[in-house]
Amino acid sequence: MKEFEFTAENLEHFEEIRKRYPVKRAALLPTLHLAQEQLGYVSEAAETYVAELLDLPVVDVREVLSFYTLFHRRLPGRRHIRVCMSLSCWLRGAKEIESRLASQLGVASGETSPDGAISWETVPDCMGACEIAPMLQMNKDYHGDLTPEAVDQLLEKTRE
Amino acid sequence: MPIKQLISKNFGNEKARDLEWYRAQGGYQAALKALKMEPEEVTAEVQASNLRGLGGAGFPTGRKWQFVPKDTGKPSYLCVNADEAEPGTFKDKYIMTWDPHRLIEGIIICCWAVGIHTAYIYIRGEYVRPYERLRDAVAQAYAGGALGKKVLGTDFNLDVYIHRGAGAYICGEETGLLESLEGKKGWPRLKPPFPAVVGLFGCPTVINNVETIAHLPNIIEKGGEWFASVGCERNGGTRLFCLSGHVNRPGVYELPMGTPLEELIFEHGGGMWKDRQLKAVVPGGSSAPILTAEEALQVKCDFDSLAAADSMLGSGGVMVLDDRTCMVKALSVVSHFYAHESCGQCTPCREGTGWIDRILHRILSGEGVARDVETLLNISENMMGTSICALSDAAALPTRSYVSKFQSEFEHHIEHKSCDVEEKFATALSG
Ligand SMILES: Cc1cc2nc3c(=O)[nH]c(=O)nc-3n(C[C@H](O)[C@H](O)[C@H](O)COP(=O)(O)O)c2cc1C
Ligand code: SF4
Ligand code: FES
Repeated sequence: MKEFEFTAENLEHFEEIRKRYPVKRAALLPTLHLAQEQLGYVSEAAETYVAELLDLPVVDVREVLSFYTLFHRRLPGRRHIRVCMSLSCWLRGAKEIESRLASQLGVASGETSPDGAISWETVPDCMGACEIAPMLQMNKDYHGDLTPEAVDQLLEKTRE
Repeated sequence: MPIKQLISKNFGNEKARDLEWYRAQGGYQAALKALKMEPEEVTAEVQASNLRGLGGAGFPTGRKWQFVPKDTGKPSYLCVNADEAEPGTFKDKYIMTWDPHRLIEGIIICCWAVGIHTAYIYIRGEYVRPYERLRDAVAQAYAGGALGKKVLGTDFNLDVYIHRGAGAYICGEETGLLESLEGKKGWPRLKPPFPAVVGLFGCPTVINNVETIAHLPNIIEKGGEWFASVGCERNGGTRLFCLSGHVNRPGVYELPMGTPLEELIFEHGGGMWKDRQLKAVVPGGSSAPILTAEEALQVKCDFDSLAAADSMLGSGGVMVLDDRTCMVKALSVVSHFYAHESCGQCTPCREGTGWIDRILHRILSGEGVARDVETLLNISENMMGTSICALSDAAALPTRSYVSKFQSEFEHHIEHKSCDVEEKFATALSG
């Protein structure tokens, strides 16, 4: 038994993904997304597995993985928060949101809370939601028009 | 000029993303009309429409399509740029979230005109919910006969695939996007050859922004001349403006090309928040040179007017700054982003973005030295036109414009190790 392999369902999904491209390697990003969906991050075992599936050297996969910021190389918290620090969010108070998260979670940006529930990071990129600035992304969803109090409420709801 | 809803009328309408509803409103009729025209006629309409690329560069869309060589024996591809990562830009998200069939219909029109049978939509990885909406709409379109074999009952075949990015601004640059789609790091390619000739998988490729494509159904339905007449000279139709920052009503506003910036901010956007004064406007994504309040109140929003004002319409991201904003800090936020996102291939860009970021950081920690202002201006000069892609210029332009237009604020920070904007408002509050 391998340390990592796709579930039967994901393997089927992978086969379908591969057919979209005339060149195998083009399936790399979607395949890595699939691995991350299954495992929560892309482990070294997953890296090797994906490399084998696509007939690529492991170093090539690693190089791509480290180029793209949305791939986790270690297991994040069950909820992962990304706080936008780009211009529009900064103009509307992103700094206050950052401080409130830091003090509420008690761990620095890039870290996971001790109970493994929440990890967070600040990002310098605009997330394409400046109309609801300041904002953050938690797993798949955006939360905007934030105030420090709104951050408290969001965290409280998350912990329930 | 009033709001004109050519491509935004379905925003917020929960029904619009349903294929049946969209069809009942006349959806996919324009694609069907195009499929009955000669491909050259379709391109001619688009050229007559003065539609320009709305991803940022403003290149005439019809002309771009004509660069694609015919009869190369290779397939051609369409890549729809849905990376939407220019700071201040959030319009394509609305199209994909609320009106995905308009995008799909536009894709059919473009592909028929250019002779393409495979299109990829490259969507930024953060946009999970918009991706899900788009994915469902594409599945519906396949099931309903609008995609796949025999599109809309004609003999035309077309496959559309969605490809998710994974968090890298540079993949919005068209050749970075191609590299990324091929499963590599998003390192931009040297041009020429241009993607129209050697693009995805070495084949001729059209790359267009989501909003550009979304305009096509209207252009085919009502004609290129009509679209041109909605806009201003050489800038056809409307565009989606993304208004954010210190305004009362941030959001997406669809307005004719050539609309005064003042109207966007004060009429549609409800004016400045907290009754403050306007200080500056970034009119086209964070890469666009900043405008002082005085400049902003005079300019019209189209590619040519903003270029004449030494700035750009870019991606349509309009960010409004009030009088309490420290320009040194604002530039530092912007510069940090570019330093983080430079792919590192070209020395002027890699070194220049990092250097600017560090100097600004130093100034803000009270350790600036007198020659820093000059150094910042010098670095930005040396970063322009010296690299593989336009990110280097995109980082240099804001630096040059913030520093030269608000030089005294930078000098104050360096000389007094403090912020004169903060001090001014602190005394205003206590006095
Ligand atoms: C650094 C950089 C980032 C870019 N990001 C985007 C983007 O996120 N979305 C986009 O449509 N165009 C982006 N562009 C512009 C594209 O390179 C290209 O011009 C555009 O997708 C062409 O489509 P259009 O002619 O329809 O605008 C970017 C350009 C540069 C230099
Ligand atoms: S200009 Fe900058 S981002 Fe563009 S290719 Fe060169 S190093 Fe990379
Ligand atoms: S600046 Fe935060 S979403 Fe755009």
